[in-house]
Amino acid sequence: MPVRVQTEDFDVGAEIARLREANPKVGAVASFVGIVRDVNDGDAVATLTLEHYPGMTEKSLEDIVAQAKQRWDIYDALVVHRVGTLQPLDQIVLVVVTSAHRGESFAACEFLMDYLKTRAPFWKKEVTPQGSRWVEARASDDTAADRWS
Amino acid sequence: MKPTETETTTVRILYFARLRETLGKSDEELVLPDGVATIGALADFLRQRGGAWASELGTGKAVRVAVNQDMASPDTVIKGGEEIAFFPPVTGG
Repeated sequence: MPVRVQTEDFDVGAEIARLREANPKVGAVASFVGIVRDVNDGDAVATLTLEHYPGMTEKSLEDIVAQAKQRWDIYDALVVHRVGTLQPLDQIVLVVVTSAHRGESFAACEFLMDYLKTRAPFWKKEVTPQGSRWVEARASDDTAADRWS
Repeated sequence: MKPTETETTTVRILYFARLRETLGKSDEELVLPDGVATIGALADFLRQRGGAWASELGTGKAVRVAVNQDMASPDTVIKGGEEIAFFPPVTGG
């Protein structure tokens, strides 16, 4: 499966090894891990809850991966995104890309994250000492995604 | 001729995240009123409910919409049988 949405944590090393599948043509692996921090917008974050749109989440991630494969000469790509309630230090999202050379992997990996941030239907709710609040989308994320148009 | 599923004028509407909390509704089944043939027209219709519906789905509010799990826009045509979702800008990753 090129995409997974799950509550469980993931093992980055194991996922990379599985994606490489002992393919001797793979010369480059690029990856990104998104992690819960203990602060956002100046306030301490106690927990982060991720809501999603079951069905559309997987569909949009698969579509983003398909776009990456069309645009760059890569062998494979993986996106794993957690949902549910997470704490600071927890891993949230993993993107891994394999290719022959590093240029394609680096670019496709960044593209996948920029598109995921603006197109995949997840929503974050933070619990801070002041109470719960929904995280607001950032204009900088739209700007980052626009770079790839 | 027997009516088929594609002849329904009912849509299923889902609401997510902060929008769901403010509207107080996670989902509903709605028969498309006469003349409502686009997402924009549907949003106009829902705004008539007043209160949070009028303010949250108003113009100038950043609300996203999907039809059958693909991102859509006010011009997207709907005829019945679709799954429609309204939600705030996404914040995953």
